[in-house]
Amino acid sequence: MLKGRSMNRKMRKEKLKKEKNTKERIVEKEKNRNKLNSKGENVSKEELLTKMKKSIIEGNKDEAKALAREAVEKHVDLNEAIDEGYVPGIQKVGDLWEEGEYFLPELITSAECMKAAMGVLKPELKKAQIKAKSLGKVVIGTVEGDIHDIGKSLVSSMLSANGFEVIDLGADVKLEKFIEMAEAEDADFICLSALLTTTMLGQKKFIELLKEKNLFGRFKIMVGGAPVNQKWADDISADGYAENAMTAVKEAKNLLRK
Amino acid sequence: MNLTIRPKLELLKKELIEKIIEEAYIILEKQGVYVENIEALELFKEAGIRVDDETQRVFITSQLVEDSLSSTPSVIKLYDRSGDKEFIVGEDEVHFDPGSTAVTIIDHKTQEQRKALTEDLVKFTRLTDCLDHLHFQSTGIISSDVPEIISDSYRLYICLQFSEKPIVTGTFRVEGFKPMKDMLVAVRGSEKALEERPLAIFDACPSPALKWSNLTTQSLIDCARAGIPSELISMGMTGATSPVTIAGTLVQHVAENLCGLVICQLAKKGAPVIFGGSPSSFDMRKGTTPMGAIETMMIDSAYAQIAKHLNLPTHAYMGLSDAKINDSQAGLETGIGAVLAALSGINVISGPGMMDFESCQSLEKLVIDNEICGMAYRLIEGISQREDPIATNLFDGFTKETQFLSMPHTRKWYRQEHIFPRVIDRDTYDYWVSLGKKSMDDRASEEAEKILRENSPSLLDKNIFQELHKIMLSDARNNSFSALPEIKIGSSPKELIGS
Ligand code: B12
Repeated sequence: MLKGRSMNRKMRKEKLKKEKNTKERIVEKEKNRNKLNSKGENVSKEELLTKMKKSIIEGNKDEAKALAREAVEKHVDLNEAIDEGYVPGIQKVGDLWEEGEYFLPELITSAECMKAAMGVLKPELKKAQIKAKSLGKVVIGTVEGDIHDIGKSLVSSMLSANGFEVIDLGADVKLEKFIEMAEAEDADFICLSALLTTTMLGQKKFIELLKEKNLFGRFKIMVGGAPVNQKWADDISADGYAENAMTAVKEAKNLLRK
Repeated sequence: MNLTIRPKLELLKKELIEKIIEEAYIILEKQGVYVENIEALELFKEAGIRVDDETQRVFITSQLVEDSLSSTPSVIKLYDRSGDKEFIVGEDEVHFDPGSTAVTIIDHKTQEQRKALTEDLVKFTRLTDCLDHLHFQSTGIISSDVPEIISDSYRLYICLQFSEKPIVTGTFRVEGFKPMKDMLVAVRGSEKALEERPLAIFDACPSPALKWSNLTTQSLIDCARAGIPSELISMGMTGATSPVTIAGTLVQHVAENLCGLVICQLAKKGAPVIFGGSPSSFDMRKGTTPMGAIETMMIDSAYAQIAKHLNLPTHAYMGLSDAKINDSQAGLETGIGAVLAALSGINVISGPGMMDFESCQSLEKLVIDNEICGMAYRLIEGISQREDPIATNLFDGFTKETQFLSMPHTRKWYRQEHIFPRVIDRDTYDYWVSLGKKSMDDRASEEAEKILRENSPSLLDKNIFQELHKIMLSDARNNSFSALPEIKIGSSPKELIGS
C-alpha cells in the first residue's frame, strides 16, 4: 500500500517535470519563430518546404495537394517547391525503404502523393511557361499479349516519384504504340516489361522494329520482368535492365550519364 | 468397425465459410466481373445476365451461380495415357504433381539457374513418370530451344511421348488449344473417347482483381466443350491484387473462381471444373509472391475447405518453395506445404520440384519432394487397428528377453506401417562420413541419374507418336518454324526422333 503510494508520488513528479519540459520547449520554439519571422516570408516558405517533405514521407495525399495549392497561392518558386520540398521527401522515402523501415504500401503511397502534388504544380508551371524540371521523359508499358502489370506499375511509380516524367501505357501494349507515343512525346526512355517467356520476345521484336524504322539509338531502351535478365538485355541490345523498381531508378539515372 | 480416421485440417468455421460465400455472391452481382471474351459475353447474355458491353462487365446473379454449381460434377475421373488406370479427383483423394511452367532449371553442377532445353524437359518428364508419389505429370518446364510461341503445345507433346501419367497443363495463346487438344485426341483415338476418359487438366487463371482475360476465358470455353477439366487458378496477392486480409482474399478468390465455373457451365452444362488457385501472401518488403509463406498455405487450405463445402473438386499450388537452392528453406517450405495440403484433402496438389516463386524447377528437388509426398500420404492414411487384439497376444510369454524383430507379426506389417525413404539420411554418423559426407542435394542428384539410367522411358505407341509429331510440326510451321529439336530417347545418341 505504502509502496504503491510513494510510487505514485514519484510518477506524478516525473510527469510534472515532463510537462514543464515540453512547456519550456514550446516557449522556446515560439521565440525562435519570432526571431525568424523578422526575416520575413522566408520562414513560411521554409516551413512550407518542410511540410511538403513531411507530407510525402508520411504519405498524406490531401496534405501534399493542399501544400502544392498553398505554394501556388503564395507565389512560391514552384521548381524550388519541387526540388527542396517534395523531392527530398521521396528521397527520404527511398532511404527508409533501403533501410528496411518502409515497405511497399508506404513506398507506393508516397509515390502517389508525389504524383498528386505534381498534378497540381505541373499545370501551373505550364501556365507560367516555366519548364518543369524532369530527369527525362519515359514511355513505359507491358508488351502486347502480356497482362502482368504489377511490376511495371511499381517501376512506373518509382521513376515518376524520382523526378522522371512518366507516360504509362498500361498492359498489353502494341509495339507500334510505344514508338508512336515516344516519338510524339519526344521521350528519352522506352521501358518494356514482360513476364512471360512468350511476350519477352516482344522486347526483341521491338528493338528490331526500331532498327527497321531507323529509330534505333534515338531512345534509351530499358527492359525488365521476371524472365528477363542482364544477358537477355545484352543479347537484344537493350540499353538497360533492372531487377526491381528501385534499381530501375538507379539504372535510368546511370543511363542519363551515358 | 473401422476405427481409422483420416486426419483432417479445417481452418474455417462453418459460419465464416458461409459469410465468405455470401460476400462473393454479392460482389459477383453488384460489382460484376470483367470478362474480356466476346463469346463468353454472348453466353452470359443468352443466360439473361446483365452485360455492360462497353466495359465488358457481367453482373452474375446468385441464381445463375447456384444453377451452375448444381450442374458441376463433384467428382472427376482422370485416366492415364493407356486409358486403363483411373484416378478420382474429388472427395478427399490426394494427388501430387510437379509445379508447372517453370522458366528455368537448376543446374546441379553449377548450382545456378539456367534456361531449360528439350533434353531437360525430357529428363524431368521421365523422372516424374518414375516417382511413385507423384500421381500426375505436369508440363513443368518451358524449353528454350523451341520458339516460345509454340512452347505450350511443345511441352504437352514431350509429356505425352515420355510419360504414362495424367497431365496438368494449359495454354499460353488462344491458338494453342487446337494442337493441344488434337494431340490428346490422337492418343485417345477419338474426341468422344477423350471426353469419356480425360487425360489432361488445363489450368486457367483469372486476372486479379475480378477479371477473366480473353485467353483464359477461351480456354475455359474450349475445354468445357471438349470435356477437358478446367482448373480455376485464382491468384490474389494479399494487399497488392486482392484485399490484404486472408478472409478478404478468400472472398475475391471465391468470386473469381465461381465466375470461371459459371462460364464453363454456360459453355457446356456438366463440364468438369476443379476449384483451384495459386494465391500468395504478397511480401510488402520485397514485392515478391512467396509460395512458401504460411499465410499463402492458409489461404490455400481455406479456399479448399470452401470448395469442399460447395461440393467441388479442389486444387492448390502447395508443396513448393521460394528457395534458390536445395537448402533447408526448400525442404521446410515444401514439407509444411505438402503436409498441410494433404491434411486439407486437396485433390490436385501442384508444387513438387518447384522453387523461386514458381519460376524454377529442379530434378534433385523433385526427387526429394517425392519423399515428402510419401510422408504426407502416410500421414493421411492415419493409424489403423491391423489385428484384433491389437497387441496383447504379442506379449504372451513376455520376458525380459522378448524382442519384436523376429516376430511374424513384425514381418507381416512393417512395410505397411512404415515407409522407407531413399534419399533422406538415416545413416549413422560414421557410415555417412564413409559415404563421402554427401548432402541431400548430392544424394538426390545421384538418385535422379540412377532412376533415369535404370528405367527405360515409357514411350508412346510409334504410330500415335507419328500423328503427334505431325500435329506439332504443323503448329510450328503455322508459326513459321520448320524444324523441331531432335529428341534423345534413351542414353544412346543414335535413338533420335524428330526432324
Ligand atoms: C501475379 C501473376 C499473374 C497475374 C497478373 C496480375 C497482374 N495484374 O499483373 C495473372 C493471374 C493475371 C496471371 C496470368 C497469367 N500468368 Co502469371 N504470374 C503471376 C506471378 C505469380 C507474379 C507476377 C508479379 O506480379 N510479381 C510481382 C512483381 C512486383 O514483380 P515483377 O512483375 O517481376 O516486377 C518486378 C521486376 O521484374 C522489375 N520489372 C518489371 N517490369 C519491368 C520493366 C522494366 C523496364 C524494368 C527495368 C524492370 C521491370 O521490377 C518489378 C518491381 O520490382 C508470376 C510468378 C513470378 N514468379 O513472377 C506468374 C507467371 C509470370 N505467370 C505465368 C503464366 C503462365 C500466366 C498465364 C499464361 C497463366 C494462364 N495459363 O492462365 C496468364 C497469362 C495471361 C497473359 N496473357 O498475360 C508464368 C509464366 C511462365 C512463362 N514461362 O512464361 C509465371 C512465371 C508463373 C508460373 N510459373 O506459372 N499471372
